[in-house]
Amino acid sequence: MNDAKKLERLRVIIARHKRWDLIFLIAGILALMIALLTFMALFIQMVIDGAPRLSWEFFTSFPSRRAESAGILSAWVGTTLVMLVTAVSAVPLGIAAGVYLEEYAPKNFFTELIEINVTNLAGVPSIIYGLLALGLFVYQLGLGQSILAAGLTLALLILPIVIVATREAIRSIPIAIREGSYALGATKWETVADHLLPYSAPGILTGVIIGLARAIGETAPIITIGALTFIAFLPASPIKSEFPFISFEWLSAPFTVMPIQMFNWVSRPEEEFQFNAAAAGLILVVMTLTMNALAIYLRYRMRQKIKW
Amino acid sequence: MYSKNARGASERKSNTHNKLGNLRYSYKRHIKEKLIEMLLLLAAFFSVLITFAIIYMLVKESIVFFQQVSVWEFLTSTQWTPLFDDAHYGILPLVSGTVVSSAVALLVALPLGTIIAIYLSEFASFTVREIAKPFLELLGGIPTIVYGYFALLFVTPLLQMIFPNLPGFSLLSAGLVMGIMIIPYVSSMTEDAMRSVPMHLREGSYAMGATRLQTAIKVVMPAAFSGIAAAYILGISRAVGETMVVAIAAGMQPNLTWNPMEQAATITAYIVQVSLGDLPHGSIGYQTIFAAGLTLLLITLIFNILGHLLRKRYREMY
Repeated sequence: MNDAKKLERLRVIIARHKRWDLIFLIAGILALMIALLTFMALFIQMVIDGAPRLSWEFFTSFPSRRAESAGILSAWVGTTLVMLVTAVSAVPLGIAAGVYLEEYAPKNFFTELIEINVTNLAGVPSIIYGLLALGLFVYQLGLGQSILAAGLTLALLILPIVIVATREAIRSIPIAIREGSYALGATKWETVADHLLPYSAPGILTGVIIGLARAIGETAPIITIGALTFIAFLPASPIKSEFPFISFEWLSAPFTVMPIQMFNWVSRPEEEFQFNAAAAGLILVVMTLTMNALAIYLRYRMRQKIKW
Repeated sequence: MYSKNARGASERKSNTHNKLGNLRYSYKRHIKEKLIEMLLLLAAFFSVLITFAIIYMLVKESIVFFQQVSVWEFLTSTQWTPLFDDAHYGILPLVSGTVVSSAVALLVALPLGTIIAIYLSEFASFTVREIAKPFLELLGGIPTIVYGYFALLFVTPLLQMIFPNLPGFSLLSAGLVMGIMIIPYVSSMTEDAMRSVPMHLREGSYAMGATRLQTAIKVVMPAAFSGIAAAYILGISRAVGETMVVAIAAGMQPNLTWNPMEQAATITAYIVQVSLGDLPHGSIGYQTIFAAGLTLLLITLIFNILGHLLRKRYREMY
């Protein structure tokens, strides 16, 4: 009798725990759904508002005081040029730093300092980089509110991302590859340049793409350096008809970028401008999503293909 | 290939000579190696320079600011009106805006992020995880300005249906959207931490008759504590430093309030507001944004250091 009672109690306890298990399972799916539904709502809202504005003219017109004739020509050209500066400055620097920390750095206080520092930099709010750029690039170095200043600002911002991606990619290469290379008499740099960098290229590329996707959407630091929001002209063309055919005049040109243009439209009271903002946002989201998806796909393929 | 004739021999001889020559000149190679190492070290050191540059810039302008405004007024005055004729320089209203919006965001992001992480790590099938993880990552990659637009034009009207007297700008809607925005960071880091807990701990728990939820909460989460704490702290410092969502949806009016239903400026929103205007370089208004930035940096720095200590202290306790 007593045993039967105990068994009964045990069954109740087990049933109760199983019920909690089930409740949590449902909670988990619900939480995931909230994230999913929010994204759907965001996307659908932007498509409804913005899609009618998407036309060829939207891409080829300058911003204007009249909402229906305003476009994003100067914004996307600006974004492209700023990203160019960002990539050219952040990628080599980030890879070099990553290689040093992973392959060369001795285990000492100094190395640890650099490592803590990189982790900390990744946690610094982006607007702080904007303040640094305002003081350093815009005034101290006298670059003004130029494409160069903006590109360098965003380069500082994504540098930690590139460094971390490089380190992780290099770390995943088995030690045997290095030993094989050294056994054939290669020096450290030859090992890095001929083996480690080529093998880690997809991983590094993934990090670079994620970093650039982040930089494309960054608004706060660009606002902080005081970038103008109404730009109805393009910077000077980088290609010239006369010798030496390349010009760097565009680096010092004032500019606007996609997120700034969107911010400008969002903060206007007229409703028509909100539609423009939605359209610009849609393009921005599609751009960053494509880049992030590309990075995720690259990583997925890497995991499938590379078996050391 | 060649018959062993004089030519072959002389070739062999010159080959040997060349090799020796290479060896002899290997110090050239050595110098090149050292040079490259120096360059790489410089690149790595550059990141330290950035930190120093940030601190130098913020402190330099803040010192000028604090020569005109006492630290005491900065920390205790309840009004922040640096651009008015009757100027007051109390950071408290901006701090309260930042704290309230971050608190709302964290109330959304930490529970939901943790639940998602537990679900993905302990409950979900392989397929669900493989689909959900990249999707969440994509969610984290959406520009913050887009979230700001969403908060202002979708979430605020929606909330106004529930709370009819909610103003057009509010800390609540900015905080909610910020929370959703931070979920991916929290969930993916928490999940990584939980999945790195060795399988045999779970197996031991299951063998004792524990359910998945019991195992997750009583075995896996304590074992993954340092990683989870780091994820939470990252979430906090993201919420505190977030700019565009609050600048767009929470308004730009400094307001000493702890009520999320009101509008208020955060530290970051104030910096944006000043940057949008045309303040001359070197004016006190220009210096206020550096003082505000320094405050923000100190707040996030405290959290970052805390996270670092937690990670270090509790790493691989199992």
